[in-house]
Amino acid sequence: MSRYFTDEHEWIDVDGDIATVGITDYAQEQLGDIVFVELPAEGAKFDKGDDAAVVESVKAASDVYAPISGEVVEANAALEEEPALVNSDPEEDGWFFKLRIADTAELEGLMDEAAYRKFVAGL
Amino acid sequence: MTTPSDVLDTAPDSDAAGSVPEKLPLDAWHRTRGGRMVAFAGYDMPIQYEGIMAEHSWTRSHAGLFDVSHMGQIGFTGEDVDAALETVLPGDILGLKTFRQRYSLLLDEEGGILDDLMVSRRPDDFYMVVNGATKYEDIGWLREQLSDDITINHMEDQALLALQGPEAGVALASLIPATADLYFMQCGPFVWQGHDLWISRSGYTGEDGFEISVPAEAVEALADALCALDQVKPIGLGARDSLRLEAGLPLYGHDIDTAVSPIAADLGFAISKRRREQGGFIGHARIARELAEGAPSRRVGLTIEGRLPAREGAAIFLGNDRIGTVTSGGFAPTVGAPIAMGWVETAHAAIGTVLDVEVRGKRLAATIAPMPFVPHRYHRLKPGA
Repeated sequence: MSRYFTDEHEWIDVDGDIATVGITDYAQEQLGDIVFVELPAEGAKFDKGDDAAVVESVKAASDVYAPISGEVVEANAALEEEPALVNSDPEEDGWFFKLRIADTAELEGLMDEAAYRKFVAGL
Repeated sequence: MTTPSDVLDTAPDSDAAGSVPEKLPLDAWHRTRGGRMVAFAGYDMPIQYEGIMAEHSWTRSHAGLFDVSHMGQIGFTGEDVDAALETVLPGDILGLKTFRQRYSLLLDEEGGILDDLMVSRRPDDFYMVVNGATKYEDIGWLREQLSDDITINHMEDQALLALQGPEAGVALASLIPATADLYFMQCGPFVWQGHDLWISRSGYTGEDGFEISVPAEAVEALADALCALDQVKPIGLGARDSLRLEAGLPLYGHDIDTAVSPIAADLGFAISKRRREQGGFIGHARIARELAEGAPSRRVGLTIEGRLPAREGAAIFLGNDRIGTVTSGGFAPTVGAPIAMGWVETAHAAIGTVLDVEVRGKRLAATIAPMPFVPHRYHRLKPGA
């Protein structure tokens, strides 16, 4: 399984044709206390860059974009009960949704972990 | 993901402020303490240090220190200055005793709210604290309305700190024992390490607390001394906003502005009986009319069902009819649920009325609720005490 990152601070784990998507530790740190996550419905289809989810922190609502095109096969039900999981474990248990990847070529432009950490360090 | 640079809505402030935010006297102090700085009211200010939720609950259980030096501190002197101020303020200024503070408003000719403020009578002047985003317009307006016999002194060399929370009294008294004698809305001069301070027992969180006017050159030492106390931590603008929303206190430029009058805004308490009857202040005609006939819409509190916050701008519906708008809203840490403040048509403004709020195309049930959402815990002087 390999992990990719976007410059919009999302991470994508790819396992076969399924991609698990979440936001990075840097992103949750910037957002602050998360009180609600609005997740996409199973079966929703997104093009890369579409609004896919909304994260509500105490102060503001932020959109999460689909980092690649695909169809939602599962949303993380645990976030409904415990949205703060995104703060406490953003890059594992705090995942947002899983997509069936429409076009693996879209992964090519994304960063690997080392490149993303460097990108964040330069912000 | 959208980056949270828009995390604090500064809509009415950012235009007036120009492009490069100014630095407040505590700028470096905030950064050293890990404050995340954002532009607000024309200044770089800390939105949070460790996190809004933690800072919010710290203030509700201990004492939080807020830098509010962006606010305008203004002195007024001159013959019959109290009578002069009554022409621009709807409150009872003639009856305001020395060392007492009162909430008041600046109104335009149509009775719309130009700003909300605190005013106190001091031995040698009247002292006013106005909002940071509006202070220059306020001073211009006041200069225009008041005669040249009244001197207006914008105290730009004074910083302003707010110490808020149930342990604020104990904390401040450990540095300045005489502050223990102040009750809510009382104020007076104090000396700390040779620096002259002006302190009122008041604030914007619903908790007991103080607002401390301190010379800019001494503010860092005072902030350090306060934060060295076990009870005190620095608190950012984010928690200041969630605390005041829970306390039911309006935010100028969001919940109140020139489009609305004090009666509709449920701020009628700021207009004394004598002044309602006699008038003699700018905007009185509308006040008199709305007192007699009522206002077409009202500022109300709303509790939102579920966990999804309804924020500023969300439309309020009764069935298919749009009857209002949310003007402030968010997750309320102490309440543990989303709450909002907004404006609805008066016919549908009764406590307990169930309405809908629309968030991203979804309708959420919202109930008109009494404010404050969290009870005020002011250190009041008991009648007869």
